[in-house]
Amino acid sequence: MHSLILATAIRLLLPLMLLFSLFLLLRGHNEPGGGFVGGLVVAAAFALYTLAHGEKEGRRMLRVAPLQLVATGLLIALTSGLLPLLAGLPFLTALWSAVPAPVIGHAGTPLLFDLGVYLLVAGMSLLIIFTLMEEN
Amino acid sequence: MLLALLLAIPLGLFGWFVLQIGPVASGQTLQASFAWLPSLGIALSFRLDGLGLLFALLITGIGALVLLYASSYLHGHPHWGRFNGFILAFMAAMLGTVLAGDLITLFIFWELTGLCSFLLIGFDYQQEASRRAAFQALLVTGAGGLALLAGVILLGQSVGSSDLTTILNSGDLLRNHNLYLPILLLVLAGAFTKSAQFPFQFWLPGAMAAPTPVSAYLHSATMVKLGIFLLARFSPVLGGTESWTVCLTCVGGITLLLGAVKAMRRTDLKQILAWTTVSALGMLTLLLGLGTPLATTAAMLLLAVHALYKSSLFLTAGAVDHGSGTRDIRRLGGLGQSMPQVALAAGLAALSMAGMLPLAGFIAKELFYEATLHAPFSPWLVTAVAFLGNSLTVAAALLAGYLPFYGTVKDTALHPHQVDLRLWLPPLIPALLGLLIGFFPAVSCSLLVAPAVAQVAGSPVPVELALWHGFNPVALLSIITLGSGLALFSLRKKIQLQGQASRWDTEQLYDLLLAGLPGFAGMITRYLQNGRLRYYLMTVTGTAVALMAATLFSSSTGTLHLPKPDGSLHEWLTALIILSGALMATMTDSRLAAVAALGVVGYGVALIYILFGAPDLAMTQFCIETLSIILFVLVLHKLPRFALLSSTRSRLRDMVVALGIGSVMTLLVWRAVSQPLIPSLSSWFMEQSLPAGHGRNVVNVILVDFRALDTLGEITVLAVAALGVYAMLKPRSGKGGTD
Repeated sequence: MHSLILATAIRLLLPLMLLFSLFLLLRGHNEPGGGFVGGLVVAAAFALYTLAHGEKEGRRMLRVAPLQLVATGLLIALTSGLLPLLAGLPFLTALWSAVPAPVIGHAGTPLLFDLGVYLLVAGMSLLIIFTLMEEN
Repeated sequence: MLLALLLAIPLGLFGWFVLQIGPVASGQTLQASFAWLPSLGIALSFRLDGLGLLFALLITGIGALVLLYASSYLHGHPHWGRFNGFILAFMAAMLGTVLAGDLITLFIFWELTGLCSFLLIGFDYQQEASRRAAFQALLVTGAGGLALLAGVILLGQSVGSSDLTTILNSGDLLRNHNLYLPILLLVLAGAFTKSAQFPFQFWLPGAMAAPTPVSAYLHSATMVKLGIFLLARFSPVLGGTESWTVCLTCVGGITLLLGAVKAMRRTDLKQILAWTTVSALGMLTLLLGLGTPLATTAAMLLLAVHALYKSSLFLTAGAVDHGSGTRDIRRLGGLGQSMPQVALAAGLAALSMAGMLPLAGFIAKELFYEATLHAPFSPWLVTAVAFLGNSLTVAAALLAGYLPFYGTVKDTALHPHQVDLRLWLPPLIPALLGLLIGFFPAVSCSLLVAPAVAQVAGSPVPVELALWHGFNPVALLSIITLGSGLALFSLRKKIQLQGQASRWDTEQLYDLLLAGLPGFAGMITRYLQNGRLRYYLMTVTGTAVALMAATLFSSSTGTLHLPKPDGSLHEWLTALIILSGALMATMTDSRLAAVAALGVVGYGVALIYILFGAPDLAMTQFCIETLSIILFVLVLHKLPRFALLSSTRSRLRDMVVALGIGSVMTLLVWRAVSQPLIPSLSSWFMEQSLPAGHGRNVVNVILVDFRALDTLGEITVLAVAALGVYAMLKPRSGKGGTD
């Protein structure tokens, strides 16, 4: 199922959707959004790209294996929980930077945690999508 | 050098415990505690009292002897180092159990002894018999351990603390508690399995597959005595009731007789000793069941005396095996000439076991009879059982300690030869100690036995031991016991021959159970894991809904308020869209149409989220729906057309299930909205979101901060699910690639 319109549009849409997903991730703490939905948007973007250009091309565009995304995401989320242990606080206690960071406002381990969720959700969805789309 | 280093550990501990005899005998209890799970009130705490000290001395003292002995017995064995590691680990676990000052600490160490004994019994893991015996011991004591865990938890909850000192002071509370009987039965199950009481006696003789030093350690002083320790430990709080007395005396009496009779019918030295151990454990249980101060004293003395003579006999059995190449008493005789020191040790130990006059065993037997004659109920019956058991024990003692060493020299596998010091000294020491206690009963009693008895009885009891009490009924009984024991010994060949005929044992029940288990598991698996997705779904959802419904109906308090149907037009329209989508999904016979209809339902629900102010949920729902439809479409075009549609009957059944799930969920939601929500919870999150979570989006703050642990669990599940999908699809697509 090759569609010229989709194939052309997605070339332009892919970076926009990825930017939008980052936007969702970063604003999630204060406005609707967050890591979960951000990750889904990433997955949707690559899914559309793969629909238009095929599974091999989709994988090439993602550059990393989806399974690695899943593992990295889980590891990041876990790390954000382990960091407070170093400060002698209970597991998963949120740590915040003293000075507000530009763009995202307060920076802290919850954002790191959300980043983990973001990567994991994107990786998980793409893992399934790529596997299903593999050309027979 | 290496050996000295190895022995330094148990000997050092033994020395330290010896130094504590003075303070403990004067009534002190040493305690140490470390915080472990403070939020649950569980501490890694230890206490050293009279009972623990008696055990600790036996554990470390005999442990040192066993290590010394094994250095020669396992000389050149490739796994000698492993053996030492196991023994030391086991010793640590034993010490932890007998010195525990907290229920959970006690249980953890209790289980560790089971694990270590598994490794020790299965030491010769290349042999099937060893593996079988190790597994059997682990299963039987492990099952008892589970019961004990339940008992310990109930005990802790009833008292409100897991601290042993608190529990030992709550006897009256426990004995009158509603949960007394369950606690008692569960604790007894743990004790009886560990101490090989009827009907669990079979694992102990089976465990003789272990190397002899292991048997000497596990079955004289340590592992099997733990059950007795547990009974003794809890006797001040659980003891004294009718159920306690009945359970312990009956089980103890049966075990006593069973073990003694079986011992007579064996011809293997270790088997004879194993069954007499079962019998001695029965005696101890019986005595603790009687519960009088006299019986408790007898039990504590017998415990120590038995540990001494039995470890000595086991070690001599190993030396005999080592020196002559066989353990079959029919082929042994006259070994006293070639190994005089071993014969001396075995002789002394056997005399103590038989209860001969100058030895410690005599005092223990005298006390035993005195306790049974003054039993609180049917003293004659109890004394008769004790008499039978003791007579058989005398005969068995002669079988194990006399027969191999005296009489004519017989033809054995190896030419009988002298064994080296490390093989004869370890059995000789405990045998001589038995003699020493016999000569100085008063000293050993006031230092070791009396403090232990005080712990078991719950209060100090005047204990006086003497070698000779004068000529009284008890002394008469002792003499008759010796006589009948000698008579039984002379009849040994007839008894042994008879023994081959009857082979029924509770072990067969165990085998049957073990053989039936895989079959049962297979049946369950075939039934539940039938490989059909729709039945899986029905099982999972059906179970969940049934549980929910049961909870819902059993806890229904208050009335259900039917909310007024005051929705606006677009809300009603959305509901209509969802309903028609759902109907469409069930009616259509095209997969694509069904998927599209499900998509309509999903988008409809997302619309509802928007209408009721949950943009986060709506956004996620839209994404999920879109992605699921993409996934569906990807799969659908690979599937063939429906060959046949479900019959009306199965559709009706599906409808019933679906309607059931729907109505229970509806009821649940209805109930939830009829009840006033706890406002403090949501307002707390609202208030705390910005100051504590630094975010205005409460949903997200809850997800990544307040309830981050839940989210972590959920994303872990997601990752595992992704791996599962990947693993399921991968081989198929790989196969497709070769087409």
